Amino acid sequence: MTPPESTPPESTPPESTPPETAQPAAADQGRPPALELDNVVMRFGGVVALREVNLRVEQGQIAALIGPNGAGKTTVFNVVTGVCRPTEGAVRFLGRRIDGVKRFKIVKQGVARTFQNIRLFANMSALENVMVGADAHHRTGAVGAALGLPWHRHEEKQGREKAAELLDFVGISHRLTEGASNLPYGDQRRLEIARALATDPKLLLLDEPAAGMNPAEKRSLQELIRRIRDSGRTVLLIEHDMGLVMDISDHITVLDFGQKISEGLPREVRADPRVIEAYLGAPADAS
Amino acid sequence: MSDRTDSHLGSPLSRARRGMTGLSDKIRDRWADASKWQRWLVYAVLLALAIAAPSPAIGSFMSPYTDWASLLFNPIGTYILLAIGLNIVVGHAGLLDLGYVAFFAIGAYTLAYLGIKHGFTFWPTLILGMVLASVSGVILGAPTLRLRGDYLAIVTLGFGEIVRITATNTNAIGGARGLTPVPHPPGLFGVEFTLDPLPYYYLVLAMIVLAIVFSLRLERSRVGRAWTAIREDEDAAELMGVPTFKFKLLAFAIGALIGGLAGVVWSGKVIFIAPTNFPFILSATILAAVLLGGAGNIPGIVVGAFLIAWLPERFRGFADYRILVFGAALVLMMALRPQGLIPSRRRSAEIAEHSSGSSMGAEVADPRAAPVEVPK
Repeated sequence: MTPPESTPPESTPPESTPPETAQPAAADQGRPPALELDNVVMRFGGVVALREVNLRVEQGQIAALIGPNGAGKTTVFNVVTGVCRPTEGAVRFLGRRIDGVKRFKIVKQGVARTFQNIRLFANMSALENVMVGADAHHRTGAVGAALGLPWHRHEEKQGREKAAELLDFVGISHRLTEGASNLPYGDQRRLEIARALATDPKLLLLDEPAAGMNPAEKRSLQELIRRIRDSGRTVLLIEHDMGLVMDISDHITVLDFGQKISEGLPREVRADPRVIEAYLGAPADAS
Repeated sequence: MSDRTDSHLGSPLSRARRGMTGLSDKIRDRWADASKWQRWLVYAVLLALAIAAPSPAIGSFMSPYTDWASLLFNPIGTYILLAIGLNIVVGHAGLLDLGYVAFFAIGAYTLAYLGIKHGFTFWPTLILGMVLASVSGVILGAPTLRLRGDYLAIVTLGFGEIVRITATNTNAIGGARGLTPVPHPPGLFGVEFTLDPLPYYYLVLAMIVLAIVFSLRLERSRVGRAWTAIREDEDAAELMGVPTFKFKLLAFAIGALIGGLAGVVWSGKVIFIAPTNFPFILSATILAAVLLGGAGNIPGIVVGAFLIAWLPERFRGFADYRILVFGAALVLMMALRPQGLIPSRRRSAEIAEHSSGSSMGAEVADPRAAPVEVPK
């Protein structure tokens, strides 16, 4: 295993790379992980959604978070993006604590996400949706906008160009002026990715990006995720499509009932009996 | 009268609705295709109309019972200005404000108090009144904008009442007897502001044009996009890096600013102001103007405010029944155009789907949402 895979305590030492994923340029072991969850506990009243979850995503990787329904995968995303504040434990992004930081500030630091149930601004055009993301780093206030000051015009122009570029990058530049809710389902997912990318994230969280897509769409999505990684960003995805996950991921973490039950390279995870048990249920004779 | 109203109900109602929607869509498409000089031509014609509006020829039809020029200043001009301000809060940011009259009162009292007791003149007080109203908007908004929907409406309703009752009970600002004489603006370009309503009309017209220009610019900027995003899905907006609280507060402050502006301009003409000038019903009326015209769309709310202000005066001949006729006209308009007379296309789509996702969890999105086109 050449670059950024560091060895989490209980996983087997990585000895080879999955053949199909090209690894990004070498990275030293000293770099802080893109994302680190340190003994995170998340309780909602009496329900424990996450139990002492430790998670590490190295920079420049495509990492996946899998597990049966209700395992707490989306809760991990909510904890990372500041939607929920973890009951215990710490969340670090590039070595800095981000638990308890306001949501929009976490975005500014470089974490962006998409949603499992698509949450576009339905009645804005595709371009405007992406421009909202690009605005995250803009500073024009009401005065600049009302008076049409030069820096405001500059930012508008720059935001519009960036948004158009990103729509092109995700492959829906022909949808530029269409209302977001008019787009076909797969394009809505791509638009969400473009909107998230517009905030210039170092870490992109994709919540079931392939849900509802046909095989051809999935293949091109897979290629898109690789291109995102190759542009220097780290990707963490939740996905139920095992083919896609196994194909694309550099590292997989498996959650079940809010606990991490396994992690490692795709083929290690696939062979792990605990994972098989979680997905298929315990063998009938063991109770 | 009632027979004719009845014929609009039932199944012809939906037909009439469709007819009106078709017409407004056609106008909108035409506008979207119009070239730059065509648009400027329309702006010029509208402005010329507004300038020519006080002529007696138009007035004899529009207002046979009351002096047309005074009517154009108040309530018509004042309502339009207030509606433009409230539109930023309600139409753009989607925050229901039921106490908007408070900012109008703060503007009016600023001029009255400082003018009478401290000899301030109109123009500096205009700025001061806007700033004070805006600051009070922030003071109201900072603790309350964390509330959503109905709760915010109730708090703002209370604020409107608090301002009015405080004015009634504070002797330093005239108490229930009010303040008089509020100074008129000093002469400008050789025009004297005295009892003649005409100069005041042109003053409020100038303010309306300014407010429209600023409002449209905001709408088409990062600020307007943030407001729309907040209105459509506040959580998603926050997770895309929009500081939602800050932008909601900004909407409140700018709305209050325009309310204060309207207050100062209005009190500059009326000489005498009292707390009874600022009842809750005025907040409700302005809100009705915004919703009736089509929240979020400037041409719509200008028309809406005009109608709300003008209709009761036009029906003065019906004597005691004029409010009844006014009410019937409102009901009829809302039956025909529930989304407002000239709504923005985006806003009418939002009303049509009248629901938005609010969870981050495991539901499946509905790809079959109502189709919309977004004008560019």
